[in-house]
Amino acid sequence: MNVPEMVDSETVPAPSPAAGPQGPAAIEVAHLIKLYKTTRAVDDISFRIARGSVTGLLGGNGAGKTTTIAMIMGLVLPTSGRVQVLGHAMPEQSAEVLGRMNFESPYVDMPMRLTVRQNLTIFGRLYAVKNLAERIERLASDLDLKDFLDRANGKLSAGQKTRVALAKALINQPELLLLDEPTASLDPDTADWVRQHLQNYRKTHDATILLASHNMLEVERLCDRVIIMKRGRIEDDDSPDQIMARYNRTTLEDVFLDVARGRVAEGTSS
Amino acid sequence: MSEITVHRAISWHRIQAMVLRYWYLLMSSWPRLLELIYWPALQIITWGFLQNYIAQNDNFFARAGGTLIGAVILWDILFRGQLGFSISFLEEMWARNLGNLMMSPLKPIEFLISLMIMSLIRLAIGVIPMTLLALFFFDFNFFAIGLPLIAFFCNLIFTSWAIGIFVSGLVLRNGLGAESIVWTLMFGLMPLACVYYPVSVLPGWLQWIAWTLPPTYVFEGMRALLINQTFRSDLMVWSLAINVMLLIASFAIFLALLRSAKRVGSLLGGGE
Repeated sequence: MNVPEMVDSETVPAPSPAAGPQGPAAIEVAHLIKLYKTTRAVDDISFRIARGSVTGLLGGNGAGKTTTIAMIMGLVLPTSGRVQVLGHAMPEQSAEVLGRMNFESPYVDMPMRLTVRQNLTIFGRLYAVKNLAERIERLASDLDLKDFLDRANGKLSAGQKTRVALAKALINQPELLLLDEPTASLDPDTADWVRQHLQNYRKTHDATILLASHNMLEVERLCDRVIIMKRGRIEDDDSPDQIMARYNRTTLEDVFLDVARGRVAEGTSS
Repeated sequence: MSEITVHRAISWHRIQAMVLRYWYLLMSSWPRLLELIYWPALQIITWGFLQNYIAQNDNFFARAGGTLIGAVILWDILFRGQLGFSISFLEEMWARNLGNLMMSPLKPIEFLISLMIMSLIRLAIGVIPMTLLALFFFDFNFFAIGLPLIAFFCNLIFTSWAIGIFVSGLVLRNGLGAESIVWTLMFGLMPLACVYYPVSVLPGWLQWIAWTLPPTYVFEGMRALLINQTFRSDLMVWSLAINVMLLIASFAIFLALLRSAKRVGSLLGGGE
């Protein structure tokens, strides 16, 4: 496999305005590449995500979803390409935007020995949340955390931990929320409840949500737009309805299987 | 003040948040709290009795009363200062919380300052009882060293932070597989820092290396004070100058290792 030369981010062209829905962009990604030694985790992807939208990153294991989100967050440096978040270049201008975004991921935990309230207090302070005690009470009420607010995080069930992680992700009322498998390991009832909450949050705060998921039903229900990734590349990018129509399928799960098994969509074959 | 200036300034609010996090952590586990006191206490009792025994049989040690106990306490400041810094850092790795922190507005310098403050808190919990034991069991008043003690303490704690920052960078970059460096690196300095003996006992070429280490000046200074009742300010100035260079270098290395960690994606996992 050829290893491309490092590209100076200054020389990479800005993403095309036609790369995604119109309107002010929350995220703009241009020619993003990430190599781990000789593995191409992300292979020259570009997209633009409008503010106030919910976009799903779909793909199997190793498709590059988590690496893409991590590069958007600034936790992983791209090999080349450019990322802009809320109008600022990442990671160079991360200080300008980190307080306006937040994330939840199964790759990170909340400290186990601290109580839920202590954890939320610390993250609230890190994000300089005003009226923090009130904010925590509000989140506890919204996310049904009151019964275990003073219990150590390590003593919670998987579902409770996910709700706490979501509370942490919402503590600063972010304009941009990045979620990696937000309902993984949840029972259907709790997962549905979390999705409902995310939908409400998006509506009430006009927030932008980018989520990576294996859960097709979740993506169908939550997302205005789906970006399907495979082996680090974007295979398709459209609304869930359009994608299902293009593949002549009634569910995204069937589309996912088509993509995973190399069955090409109508009108997309070259 | 412009928005950018505000964002780039160090936030004491965020530093307080991190110190609070470590304080909660410390208070949540009494065995860990006890451990902070247990080892220094054991050290001082063992070495204190040894000092008493030697002093009974040797005129030099009888005259240089307290050099061994003083060395033990100063060594503990150096060692436990670094450990206090590094363990707080390791707590983030063990908790897989680093991603949350790196994704928050917390800046690396704020993170490191909070670790420094925590190292002082942990050190105080361990060393103050140690000095009290030295006073009651061995009639050695550590605080009677007076103002020079401030110079000794500052120089040792600066070295401990420099090493703590460097080691944390290594763990950040290489994951918990590099954890053992946290516990062992400082011991590598012990023979060369001349904790329990003067630099003059080393071979000539090793003396040259020993003088590149800031703690060497402190331990020499302590012996000069306790044996000859002379405060060697020149030694403290040299120690401080090398410490400043070490701190700058360790911070630069930490940032380089953080960048490297982001390049290889190790912040996402944090495991081995």
